[in-house]
Amino acid sequence: MSNPIIQIQSLSKQYKGAEFFSVNTLSLDVVKGEIFGLLGPNGAGKTTLISMLCGLVKPTLGSFTIQGLNYHDNAHAIKKIIGVVPQEYALYPTLTARENLMYFGSMYGLKGAILKQKINDSLEYLGLTKFADKRIETYSGGMKRRVNLIAGLLHNPLVLFLDEPTVGVDVHSKNVIIEYLKQVNAKGTTIIYTSHHLAEAQDLCTRLAIIDSGVVLIQGTPQQVIEQTQNAYSLEDVFLSLTGKELRDV
Amino acid sequence: MYKLVMSVYKEVLLLRRDPGALIILFVMPLVLVIAITLIQDSTFKTATESKIPILLVDNDKGEVFKMVLKNLGESSSFSVITKDKGKPITEQFAKDKVFNGEYQMAIVIPAQLSSGLKAKVNGNVQKIMEGFNAVADTVATASAPAQKTAPKEVRLYFDPASQTAFKNAVKSTIDKMISQIETKSIYDAFKEQLGEESTAAFEQENYISFKEIVPMFENKAMVPNSTQHNVPAWTLFAMFFIVVPLSINIVKEKNQGTQVRLRTNPVHYYTVIGGKTITYLIICMLQFYLMLAVGIYLFPHIGLPPLGLNGTFLLMSVVALFSGFAAVGFGILLGTLAKTQEQAAPFGSTSVVILAATGGVWVPVFAMPKVMQYIAKASPMNWGLDAFYDVLLRNNTLTGILPQLASLFLFFIGMVALSLFYDEKKRAV
Repeated sequence: MSNPIIQIQSLSKQYKGAEFFSVNTLSLDVVKGEIFGLLGPNGAGKTTLISMLCGLVKPTLGSFTIQGLNYHDNAHAIKKIIGVVPQEYALYPTLTARENLMYFGSMYGLKGAILKQKINDSLEYLGLTKFADKRIETYSGGMKRRVNLIAGLLHNPLVLFLDEPTVGVDVHSKNVIIEYLKQVNAKGTTIIYTSHHLAEAQDLCTRLAIIDSGVVLIQGTPQQVIEQTQNAYSLEDVFLSLTGKELRDV
Repeated sequence: MYKLVMSVYKEVLLLRRDPGALIILFVMPLVLVIAITLIQDSTFKTATESKIPILLVDNDKGEVFKMVLKNLGESSSFSVITKDKGKPITEQFAKDKVFNGEYQMAIVIPAQLSSGLKAKVNGNVQKIMEGFNAVADTVATASAPAQKTAPKEVRLYFDPASQTAFKNAVKSTIDKMISQIETKSIYDAFKEQLGEESTAAFEQENYISFKEIVPMFENKAMVPNSTQHNVPAWTLFAMFFIVVPLSINIVKEKNQGTQVRLRTNPVHYYTVIGGKTITYLIICMLQFYLMLAVGIYLFPHIGLPPLGLNGTFLLMSVVALFSGFAAVGFGILLGTLAKTQEQAAPFGSTSVVILAATGGVWVPVFAMPKVMQYIAKASPMNWGLDAFYDVLLRNNTLTGILPQLASLFLFFIGMVALSLFYDEKKRAV
């Protein structure tokens, strides 16, 4: 595969006291400039995998590199080039959107007019300018999701990790978010994205992998994985065919 | 440095938007220090200046009762009540009134106390005089063997709600008065035996007296008052209460997910902790100066003794700063260990109360049981309080308080190190 920006080799994670591995000798490459979807049922290991790649959880076994850097020796350098949009809002509710973004932007060393301009542009694009100086606690779920997204993108990261960025948002907010992500990707940011919205993933992702029980079941472009699966006409057919129809409550 | 400054700015914004935390940090300590000093000051006045009404029951009908009545009447501490509706008070009446809380105490002078005391003293004096063989004629006529007199007891009744300290103070006063009456009786008996012309031989003034020597500042005596005890003690208590909002702040960051975001940012956790440390240290110092200002400027207007710093402002500030470090360190550890606000808030406030109690804020360490005295030495609040008293009341220097300052700072370092260790360990889930 040409020009991988993320290389994962036999990565495993077993939480203390857990009977099974959440991620089990998983290997995967993500190519620079693509939008890579990580799909799977609840408890498949998607969030654990992203948490390891972001440095939030230490792997039990295996290794990975981002832009050729391994996390063990280059944690600070990796943090500079990645952006993370966690599933939870991860914002200070009593601060305004602008104050939150000023703070998180400054943690990347951004300051002054550049930071202010970047914040204004992002707020403008995502339709939040007139709410910029209102406290986050007064925002709707969709508005919080948009600010959450901006906070992970202020420093123009090379790689953006998104953990279910559109969960619980209205259709309008979802469309704006998806369009914004496409624009960010077009400017060169590689996106790793988890979601339960299969149609959204099919539309957004250039490539994807379906994982379950910590292992990759299938990977390729959306079209490829549909073609590789018998009697599958959509990503949902592939998903159910590979992961089964039983409920996954974790 | 820029990230640290922005972290401090963010913490300040968060505090400004949290009126509850601001009340805990600034209003409650002020209310506390004013209330406690007023209470302690008025308690002191109760024991020394204002008069406590007491019931005096006279079963004696003699000289001792008159002397007790006279002494108590002259005392600035008591106003004596001997009659109810024109009739002399009985012991049963006094007991009922005191035990149901209408009066703080009653004194019952037993029957025949005066005559018994006189007989006993006379007997003893006669024996002494016989020994000296001084008045042979008198002996010949009045040397009947001294009668054995049974000891009498003055009964005291206290309101069951009276505190031990008050009871002890009153008992001590009564005891002193009884001793004076006995002494006077002895002198009177000697005078009687020796005749009126020898009266001048007895000088009844106390020969031994005591004088309290206090530290001096610029040739002025530094006499401690309730303000100088209370302001440092309760300021320290208030400063440690930042443990509650600080630990809640950290727990909130964990629960809101902002801590997760910060961990993925290229910023050291030390910077995040540093931002909190600086902000809450500033809060501690503001609390301290506010309390000093209240002690100096407000207390005289509400009838309390003013706080006299006697040139110790700078050293007091140093002690406050290091005490603040200890409080912040404790808050950081608690916030790191706690999973929910429900854990952090009650544990934080209770542990501060325990630290204050063991640290000598309420009861002086020397008055504690031996085991508690050892425990007190491990309390950062004790180190801070000791350093405050060293500076303010014992006229100590920076060198003199270095051990306490070092202990406070090492406590901070230890707490933060433990927090970082726990945090790192937790991430290796």
